[in-house]
Amino acid sequence: MSGIKIKSEKVIELVMLLCSLVSVITTLGIILVLSIDTFKFFQEVSLFDFLTDTQWTPLFEDKHFGILSLLSGTLLTTTIAVIIAVPVGITIAVYLNEYASKKFTYVVKPLLEILAAIPTVIYGFFALQFVTPLLQKFIPGLSGFNALSPGIVMGVMIIPYITSLSEDALRAVPKSLREASYGLGANRFQTAFSVLVPAANSGIIVSVILAISRALGETMIVAIAAGQEPKLTFNPLESVETITTYIVQVSMGDVPQDSMEYRTIFAAGITLFMFTFLLNNISFWIRKKYEQRYE
Amino acid sequence: MNKELISANVKDKVFKVFAITCTGMALLTLLILIIDILIKGLSRINWSFFVNLPSRHPEQSGIYTALAGMVSLLFITLIIALPIGILSGIYLQEYGNRNRLAKFIEINISNLAGVPSVIYGILGLELFVRMAGFGNSILSGALTLALLIMPVIIVSTREAIKAVPDTMREAAFGLGATKLQTIWRVVLPASFGGILTGVILSISRAIGETAPLIVVGALAYVPFIPEGPMDQYTSLPIQIFNWTSRPQQGFIDNAAAGIIVLLVFTFLLNGIAVVLRNRWYRKTTA
Repeated sequence: MSGIKIKSEKVIELVMLLCSLVSVITTLGIILVLSIDTFKFFQEVSLFDFLTDTQWTPLFEDKHFGILSLLSGTLLTTTIAVIIAVPVGITIAVYLNEYASKKFTYVVKPLLEILAAIPTVIYGFFALQFVTPLLQKFIPGLSGFNALSPGIVMGVMIIPYITSLSEDALRAVPKSLREASYGLGANRFQTAFSVLVPAANSGIIVSVILAISRALGETMIVAIAAGQEPKLTFNPLESVETITTYIVQVSMGDVPQDSMEYRTIFAAGITLFMFTFLLNNISFWIRKKYEQRYE
Repeated sequence: MNKELISANVKDKVFKVFAITCTGMALLTLLILIIDILIKGLSRINWSFFVNLPSRHPEQSGIYTALAGMVSLLFITLIIALPIGILSGIYLQEYGNRNRLAKFIEINISNLAGVPSVIYGILGLELFVRMAGFGNSILSGALTLALLIMPVIIVSTREAIKAVPDTMREAAFGLGATKLQTIWRVVLPASFGGILTGVILSISRAIGETAPLIVVGALAYVPFIPEGPMDQYTSLPIQIFNWTSRPQQGFIDNAAAGIIVLLVFTFLLNGIAVVLRNRWYRKTTA
C-alpha cells in the first residue's frame, strides 16, 4: 500500500472525528451561552428572589423575577400530559406486545407514530380551536386560555414516545420468562403484569422519563393555548405561562439586546435546561445500567 | 373453577377492553384532528392561496413567501447537517467504537436529542444572530435547525451501519480493501436505505419546527421572496402560528388551510420513510 493512500485515509478519519466533535461543541455552546447571560442576570437579581418571589413581571414597570410563576405553569401542563400519557401509553404497549395480533400491531403502530410526527404548531391550533371550546361545554368556568386543554393535547402527543420505548423493553424480556409464567398456569393478564412489566421496568421508566422531558420542553402547544399570564397556580382551568412560552413571547417582541429583559430568557432557559438535562442523564444512566440484563 | 382464577380471567377481559379503548381513543384523536382541520381549512385551499403574498385581508392572503422561505431554509439546513451528521455517524460506528472519546460523544448526542428545541433557538440567537452577526437571516435559521436535526441523522446513520453484517466487512478486508474503501464501497451502499430513512425523518422534523425559528427571528410578515442566505424570511409553521394568534375568523381559516399543506408534507415524508424502512429491513434480514 502506498504511503499517500495511508495518509489520505488518516486525513479523512480526522475530518470525521472533527464532525463528531460538532455535537460536543454544541453541548458546550448551549451551556456556555446560557451560563454567561444568566451570570449577568444574577448580578442584578438575587438568586433568593429568583427562587422565592411569586411574581414574574420583567416586562412591566414593577419588575419581579420569581421563576416559580413560570415553573408552576410548566409543571402543571406537564403533569396533566403525563397523567394522560403514562397509563394510556403503557397500556397500549402491553396490549400490542401480549394481546394484539401481529397484523393489528403492524397497522396500529405506524398510525400511533403519526401522533409524534405531527408538528406541534398544529397541536397548538387543535388545542385552542377545538379542545378548549369542547371542554368549555362541560366546564363552564374554563377560560379561553388554560392549562388543561394544551396539557391533554400534549399528553396525546407523547403517547407514542411511551408506547414505542415500553414496547421495545417488553419485547426484550426473554421468552423463557414468559413461557415459565404460562407454564405455571398464569393467564395473559397475570403474565403481563406480574412477570413482563416488572422485568421490563427499567425500560418503561426510561420511556416515562423521556416523555416528561419532552413535555417540559414543549413550546408551541402551550404558547398557543395556555396563555401568557405567569402565575403561581395549580388550577388547570386558569391561564398560565410556561418557561417555553415566555421565551417565545420575549423573542417576538422588540426587546433590546443586552437589556435585563433580554437576559431573562437565558435565566428562564437555563432553568428548563437543567430539568431536561437531569432527566435525560438519569434515563441514560438507567438504560446503560440495565442494558445487558438479559443478554 | 376457583375464585382467584375467575377474578384473573375477569381482569384479563377488562384489561383487553380498556386497552382497545385506549388505542381507539388515541387514534380517534388523530382522526378528529384531521377532520376538524379539513372542515376549517379546505374551503381556503385554492390556487391563489399558494401564489399570494401575505396580506391584511385574510381572503387575499397566501403562503407563497412562507413556502419559498421553508424550501430555502430546508435546503441550507441539509447542506450543513447532512455531511456533518452522516460523517460523524460513520466515525462513531466504524472507528471510535471502543475508545473513551466516542463514548463521551455518544452520551453527548443522547443528551442533545433531549434538549428542548426552544433552547436550540437561544443558542442560535446568541451564536449566529448576534456573535456571528448573521442577523435574522435564513442562514441563522438554517444553522440552528442543522444543529437541531443533527442528532437524528447521527443516530439513524449509526443504526443503519450497525445493521450491516460483519461478514461483509471481513470479505472486503480479505480482498485487500482498506478500511475507508470498505466503508465507502461496501458498508455505505449496504446501509444506504437506512441512512436515507433517517434523513427523510430529519427533514420531516425540520419542516415542522417553529419555536427555535421564532427565537432566532423568523418574521411573520414577509412580503417578498428571499433571494440569498442573508435575507429575512418566514416559514410555513411561523405563518400558521401568526394566523392562529389572530382574532379574526378569516385568519383562523387561513391557519387551518396552512396546516393542511404542512400536514400533507409531513405525512408524505413519513409515509416514504415507512415504506423505505420496510423495504430495507426486508432486504437486510433476507
